[in-house]
Amino acid sequence: MANTHTTHSDIPHVTVGGYLIGFVLAVVLTVTSFWLVTTGKASGEQGLIWLAVLGAAQVVVHVMFFLHVNTSKGQRWHALSFAYTILMSLVIIVGTVWVMHNVHMLMMAR
Amino acid sequence: MSQSTLPAHHAQEHEHQPSHSVFGFWSYLMTDCVLFASLFATFAMMAQQFAGGPTAKDLFNLSDVALETALLLTSSLTFGFAMICAQRKNTGAVLAWLFVTFLLGAGFLWLEVHEFAHLIAEGAGPQRSAFWSAFFTLVGTHGLHVTMGLVWLVVLAVQIVKKPGMDEREVRRLACLSLFWHFLDIVWICVFSFVYLASVV
Repeated sequence: MANTHTTHSDIPHVTVGGYLIGFVLAVVLTVTSFWLVTTGKASGEQGLIWLAVLGAAQVVVHVMFFLHVNTSKGQRWHALSFAYTILMSLVIIVGTVWVMHNVHMLMMAR
Repeated sequence: MSQSTLPAHHAQEHEHQPSHSVFGFWSYLMTDCVLFASLFATFAMMAQQFAGGPTAKDLFNLSDVALETALLLTSSLTFGFAMICAQRKNTGAVLAWLFVTFLLGAGFLWLEVHEFAHLIAEGAGPQRSAFWSAFFTLVGTHGLHVTMGLVWLVVLAVQIVKKPGMDEREVRRLACLSLFWHFLDIVWICVFSFVYLASVV
């Protein structure tokens, strides 16, 4: 079984330590997000920015420690396709928000 | 990707060719990611469109969302333990951790169904306003994925019980489901950050 991740390279090798580190980081980031909102420490646009930063950090933690995507040889295509998908997702989300914002402004809907 | 090891394995057994099915499943997850991206984009557009009806601030219950988040996050960890036990060929422990994962996932779904029923009873059903349509579509799609994940988990557990050796094929199947399960947890991070917390902040 020890050579599984070398001969069958698309099954990542996993360790207890890796999972625990990822879990602790994820809990800290989640609790911070909830704490900021429920105590009212951050509000309005500043709050949204904090939520986006903490959310993005937690996604990175999950991808590294739970999905085991990294730039090692067996995972290179995973990482590449993931980066491309994130790019496309951002194009969809940012593009939609941008276009619809302009529509509202130019059509005087608001 | 490791094609060079092919000839040595050919002689032994057809089964042992390096398979790329985990990467194939990963490709499906990437398309699923784009599906969720469009649902998030839609939700972002409808974030203020309450049509004079109940708003998110009125009805969202953050303590329930925190509990759902805790259940799903813990289930990611327990699935990780199942993967580690699979690497060690400890079939009993794999089944035990899968069972714990199933309970946590089912608890999450139960809370979510409860929440949906509560919202609809308060007059905030999917037909009330654009906001609630977008909300139910996005969160409901995630919930459907979790439901499918639970069904898949049961099927996989039955397969493992029938063939308890934890050979390469079983580990491969488990690896695919683990990607699916962790992916759903990642989508949930975006849901609780941008749907629940961002609507209340």
